[in-house]
Amino acid sequence: MKTKLVVVGNGMVGHAFLERLVKSAGFDRFQITVFGEESRVAYDRVHLSSYFSGKTAEDLSLVPVGFYAEHAIDIRLNEKVVSIDKQAKTVTTQASLVEKYDVLVLATGSYPFVPPIPGNDREACLVYRTIEDLEAMRSSAQTSKIGVVIGGGLLGLEAAKALVDLGLESHVVEFAPRLMPVQLDEGGAAMLKRKIIQLGVGVHTAKATQRIEDGVQARHRLVFADGETLETDFILFSAGIRPRDELADVAGLEKGPRGGIVINDQCLTSDPHIYAIGECALHGGMIYGLVAPGYAMAQAVVDQLNHKPAQFLGADMSTKLKLLGIEVASIGDPHGSDEAAKSYIYENGPKEIYKKLVVSPDGQKLLGAVLVGDSEDYGNLLQLKLNDMVLPEHPEQLILPSFLGEKVGMGPDALPMSAQLCSCYDVSKADVIAALDGGASCLADIKACTQACTGCGGCTQLVTSVVNNELEKRGVAVSKAICEHFPYTRQELYHLVRVNGYQTFDELLAAHGEGDGCEICKPTVASILGSVWNAYAFDKKNIPLQDTNDRYLGNMQKDGSYSVIPRVPGGEITPDKLILLGEVAKDYQLYTKINGGQRIVLFGAQLSDLPVIWSRLIEGGFESGQAYAKALRTVKSCVGSTWCRYGIDDSVKLAIDLENRYKGVRSPHKMKMGVSGCTRECAEAQAKDVGVISTENGWNLFVCGNGGMKPRHADLFAVGLDRETLFKYIDRFIMFYIQTADRLQRTSTWLENLEGGLDYLRQVVIDDSLGIGEQLEQQMQALIGSYECDWKRAVEDTEKTKLFYNFVNADQRDPNQVYVRERGQLRPANAQERLESIALELV
Amino acid sequence: MSDFKKVCQLSDLIENAGIPALLDATPIALFLIKGQVYALDNFDPIGHASVMSRGIVGSIKGRLVVASPLYKEHYDLVSGECLENAEVKLAVYPVELRGESGEEAVWVATC
Repeated sequence: MKTKLVVVGNGMVGHAFLERLVKSAGFDRFQITVFGEESRVAYDRVHLSSYFSGKTAEDLSLVPVGFYAEHAIDIRLNEKVVSIDKQAKTVTTQASLVEKYDVLVLATGSYPFVPPIPGNDREACLVYRTIEDLEAMRSSAQTSKIGVVIGGGLLGLEAAKALVDLGLESHVVEFAPRLMPVQLDEGGAAMLKRKIIQLGVGVHTAKATQRIEDGVQARHRLVFADGETLETDFILFSAGIRPRDELADVAGLEKGPRGGIVINDQCLTSDPHIYAIGECALHGGMIYGLVAPGYAMAQAVVDQLNHKPAQFLGADMSTKLKLLGIEVASIGDPHGSDEAAKSYIYENGPKEIYKKLVVSPDGQKLLGAVLVGDSEDYGNLLQLKLNDMVLPEHPEQLILPSFLGEKVGMGPDALPMSAQLCSCYDVSKADVIAALDGGASCLADIKACTQACTGCGGCTQLVTSVVNNELEKRGVAVSKAICEHFPYTRQELYHLVRVNGYQTFDELLAAHGEGDGCEICKPTVASILGSVWNAYAFDKKNIPLQDTNDRYLGNMQKDGSYSVIPRVPGGEITPDKLILLGEVAKDYQLYTKINGGQRIVLFGAQLSDLPVIWSRLIEGGFESGQAYAKALRTVKSCVGSTWCRYGIDDSVKLAIDLENRYKGVRSPHKMKMGVSGCTRECAEAQAKDVGVISTENGWNLFVCGNGGMKPRHADLFAVGLDRETLFKYIDRFIMFYIQTADRLQRTSTWLENLEGGLDYLRQVVIDDSLGIGEQLEQQMQALIGSYECDWKRAVEDTEKTKLFYNFVNADQRDPNQVYVRERGQLRPANAQERLESIALELV
Repeated sequence: MSDFKKVCQLSDLIENAGIPALLDATPIALFLIKGQVYALDNFDPIGHASVMSRGIVGSIKGRLVVASPLYKEHYDLVSGECLENAEVKLAVYPVELRGESGEEAVWVATC
């Protein structure tokens, strides 16, 4: 008979416990029931603010679809457990459901503390913990201009990001004299405050709120102990957490003097059949408000259920995170509580970087550290602290800028095998090396088999360096050459072409390559020549470089015929143009279909018919859709404000303008764009390389989305843009992509491989951190200025149209292209139909 | 004795690329590389379409090849062998250039 296991709570830790249990050897011995008070399965509360920068509730979910059913875990949502009977070993829910248990795990988490300030229950006074809270925030924000977060700790600053993303004028009010009083020292907190104020967020420290009353200009007024006031429409309390320990009271489990269910090193409560893990548990007088210690507790319980001895002996509270985009990290004891401890401080005023080390009195060991504005040293310093390693002779070198000489790195070799690289999933250096021994050969493999880097992501840099170092030692050289003819990446070839001014493939091959080229490097170079010089694909010297699609300006289909796709900017088409398409399709017996990009495709054109088909289309006002090229395909749009009841702005006009601006620009892979006139997002802009959505405050720009084989939701890049800024950012974004992406790399994979990721991309495009912004714009302007319709150019030149023949020496159709009629149109005959000769001959 | 037939002028060919032609009723592909003309079947035996003349030519480990534009298998321009699949092969046809220099014609044998 199976052991009956009941889990109360389905938050991050409750789910992590189940995930670990499912993977453990003894899983089959348990029959599991889970109660969750919320209506959703576990989701990522650490990244809640991303809900306002484009992520959905589904994106935040931590539970793969079907996970509980697949493992026969009985999950009951919307079922709050209200009592425990320790003698009978049962739990009872609010709906009076009684469930028996042999082992009970409490993972009830915590709730946000709301300070007892008079007026804290007024309208639009909210907290920040659940997705329902986020929805309440979104609806309150619609009637608000100003928002205040009460609480300047880690959670408060994360909540402030949510207010900024909601488009509110935002303020943070902190009771203590500095921000993040637990994690930062005075200097670090001062630097953080300065940086946050620069982002346009008000920071009010040493402010004790006495009451909340009616405001004059805004909905509320905060009155502080010093007599000052602050007006706001919207208040968010984020002043710390309190454990959800009500069940301990009704069950008679021991609690701490200030709350929390007391647990021992085995995570057992005062009842030997009841465990408690996560933020509801009090261990050694501490409530751990981070996920990593909660995960460690979950693992300790799973091990014991598998009859393995395990303990939770407290956890390191070091943390590295991004608050409002600012890098902040804290390690160990940054305050120097040991009076004899010594410290080193590096402060860079112009660059707004603050770093501090606290070392033991003898200077041998690291006790704590604070990093604000640049947390690159975090991985190094954390390993020094966790592994109790001896510091280098001059510890200050650990935080000084690298231009002062070689950084005293602790190369990956210096780390002991036991060093924990990833704290979210407790992955050690030994685990990574074992995975490499087991056949893993890159970071993606390591992520897949150890889960390292997949929690908070803070360890990515460190794990990467260990993996690369280890691969190097094993003599695994990862070749970056695109093919046997060029020992370079596409990006390097691009720079060679631009810097040296090469105009042809042969020049580049002679100078930097060997052999005769191939079907990989030739089209790549052709695309680069196109991107750099707008080289015309049909120039005779370029013909041998082109894929057949580029060579004949059409998409070759499986039977060797071509498709014809004229540009229909924004999906807007006149009846006359529709009629012309119909007439052409009829005259040449072309199969006609609307494709996924709001365009009409005519299939089955003979090579020799392409010039005359296109002449007719161009005469009727069409131009090439470049569907054959690695270039902008289409800009999909919804109907927009012209017709739609909900439209905020004219999405069709913007889509047409975008399509006309970027048409013909050659890129490493195809690009798609979308424009939606409101947040209902009918154009699916967030599945495109470039997506634009209209809001009351202007255009929101999304980048690097993708549908296709590996869908990727686009990232919110910038908000509330006017037209001019929008075009400027897109110009820079596309040009930077063209210059740095690999061959056939869509923007989504490009971004995932871009060191520094989205933040780096924002720095380059928005902050112009590389100082190339104007140059990128000029280069894009040159491409836009030299655009010509490929087909207009081709049909005007008889030398070129002459090359469209089925046979150089015979004016006849390709005898291998045979068709059958289906649903009123022609399609290629399949092998069986060819054999049975039921295919149609065409004239 | 091979039976050579005139197919087209040398000037119809494009350096480093292919063009399609008919040899009697057989579709063939003609390639011009460094002054040398190669003639092979135009029918791609894997993709089942007459498209070889539209492939990109190049070299793989020193062998002159054309890559099928459909699924990218490589065929040796001299022997017709497929580098990826020993089961398939393109027929190759002997080529001669006849006539005055500058106005030479391409003659291909039907084998």
